[in-house]
Amino acid sequence: MTVTDVHKDPDALTMAIVVELDATVERAWQLWSDPRQLERWWGPPGYPATFGEHDLTVGSRVGYFMTSPEGERHHGWWEVLAVDPPRRLELADGFADDEGRPDDDLPVGRMVVTLEERGGRTEMVITSHFPTLEAMEQLMAMGQEEGMVQAIGQIEGILAEAGSAS
Amino acid sequence: MVVDLREPERADRLFHALADATRRDIVVRTLEGTHSVSALARRYPMSFAAVQKHVAVLEDAGLVTKHRRGREQLVRGEVDTVRRASQLLDGLEAVWRGRIDRMDEILTDPEGDTP
Repeated sequence: MTVTDVHKDPDALTMAIVVELDATVERAWQLWSDPRQLERWWGPPGYPATFGEHDLTVGSRVGYFMTSPEGERHHGWWEVLAVDPPRRLELADGFADDEGRPDDDLPVGRMVVTLEERGGRTEMVITSHFPTLEAMEQLMAMGQEEGMVQAIGQIEGILAEAGSAS
Repeated sequence: MVVDLREPERADRLFHALADATRRDIVVRTLEGTHSVSALARRYPMSFAAVQKHVAVLEDAGLVTKHRRGREQLVRGEVDTVRRASQLLDGLEAVWRGRIDRMDEILTDPEGDTP
């Protein structure tokens, strides 16, 4: 496991997760900047993501959907709030309707990703911010819940298997 | 009350905050309804500053929040809110741990470096 620290602040509704990746900053940046790589990790297991428009410039919207095992699509969007390749990315993270149109009635989360070189490896910090507890509950429930429960189950399965890290 | 023992720091703060009878009383009272710090201070045989300190410890542990109304500081109990938020953050952590495992797979997969 490469997660080195998790800082949760239930009062401020933020979580920062610190990860050490065995890759250069440029290589790690591709996990976010290359939609084909992003698709392989964003959705929970059984819910592969498909990113359509994907342009990491300030103000641009990134649209995606996750496909459930039953073939249902859960649409979401990002808006790029700030970007400094390959070191920093700040995104608004929201949900969209069945047509992929951002649903402005739903709350929006904010995500800040920083990448820093640490002796040939990369320290990635992902910080999630939610405006209110209700917003967080709604966002976590929307389209993610079923997938999340499965994801948690699978993570536990992976962790239970000794030496599973290829 | 649910205390996540995987977060020792948080559990420490919580247990420390609840280890004092006055503080437990403040939590119970502010969960039933909002009270100003001065109204609370009148209930206990100690100085306003001492009660304010107790409230600060509770606030630090996330058990109460303070809100300003005019010149008054209102204290509200937040045990449930904190518990709900904490559970949501646990869920979010699990989501990210899954994503990070998959990132790892991509980085170690020689085919993963798509042109």
